[in-house]
Amino acid sequence: MENLISIFLNSVFLGNILLAYFLGMCSFLAISRNLDTAIGLGLAVTFVLSITTPANWLIYYYLLAPGALEWAGLPGIDLGFLKFIIFIAVIAAIVQALEMIIDRYSPPLYTALGVFLPLIAVNCAILGTSLFMVERNYNFIESVVFGASSGMGWMLAIVTMAGIRKKLRYANVPAGLEGFGISMIIAGLMAMAFMLFSGITL
Amino acid sequence: MKITRTKAFKVFFTPIWESNPVSGQILGICSALAVTVQLKTAIVMGLALTFVLAFSNLSISLMRNLIPRNIRIIIELTVIATLVIFADQVLKAFLYDISKQLSIFVGLIITNCIILGRAETYALGNPPFLSLLDGIGNGLGYSQILITVAVLRELLGAGKLFGFQVIPDAFYAAGYVNMGFMVLAPGAFIAIGLIVWVQKTVSKE
Repeated sequence: MENLISIFLNSVFLGNILLAYFLGMCSFLAISRNLDTAIGLGLAVTFVLSITTPANWLIYYYLLAPGALEWAGLPGIDLGFLKFIIFIAVIAAIVQALEMIIDRYSPPLYTALGVFLPLIAVNCAILGTSLFMVERNYNFIESVVFGASSGMGWMLAIVTMAGIRKKLRYANVPAGLEGFGISMIIAGLMAMAFMLFSGITL
Repeated sequence: MKITRTKAFKVFFTPIWESNPVSGQILGICSALAVTVQLKTAIVMGLALTFVLAFSNLSISLMRNLIPRNIRIIIELTVIATLVIFADQVLKAFLYDISKQLSIFVGLIITNCIILGRAETYALGNPPFLSLLDGIGNGLGYSQILITVAVLRELLGAGKLFGFQVIPDAFYAAGYVNMGFMVLAPGAFIAIGLIVWVQKTVSKE
């Protein structure tokens, strides 16, 4: 249990996938102009991450990892090198399926999240979380917690950023720094603030 | 006709400075930030991306008349993912230490917006040779930003370049201290922000 709480705190604050590992920057910069869309995209990312990370865990440890095909009588096979292409295909398929399911069963949720779902398939945060999950040897339960809390960390960062950008409209930014430049510097300051959590250990 | 006026020359050199993929078009910054703590990893990452981008542009351009429009994204992703797997295996075989340091960021070349962006906007509508040049040009433009950020971060953060100490001992003896901040994540954000500022100001004149 302590282990899970520590994974949660670490992936929301200290090891925030956006501010410490720079994943999902493209949509972070493009979408954070508006608070409502930022919240929508954040929720969509959290939702997709909590499903794709465990799904990729199952696929990796039952099909791709060295010796994973033992149940099929093929213990000597290592398909680990295929993980990039399989993971991206799984993510694209799950996102597509989710879009159809949500559209069928929950139209209000679809209007809130629908537009963001196709964007998410190529968001590096989603693929990156699955690859981190493999690299850090998480077990199944840990991968569920890791997926969900990474999504929450990403959402926290993008919503904060959208809030700051709203205030920024009234600020007097030097000419060359407007837009992309100042966003990067704000992200840097936010990353610094998040690093203050580094004292937390369990 | 002078060489600087040919179309191929333009295709090759515009992305290196004027419409640089990272600072001009804001694409592919994810990995640009994460691998720039050291110059070594930045150069390897730049080469890997240039390789993938050049060959994905080339092969997609060769197939551009065969790809059905509505499944083009999947085809593009498959081509890119195959090239990335190739690059990853080569790095693991010949540069194992650097491949460990780059960790997941080689794999993330797949979702790097530069590659899909160039395939969509350029390779699908242009002949193979120009697409190859466009790929190499954009790859080099990306590498150039990566290397600039990495030089800043390694020099200011650790006083080294390529792992060799550059700042003389006399400086440290006189009280110079490495800026540990540059090695951490926030340093990368701020370094990129400042580079974009310089580039925008210079190219405006």
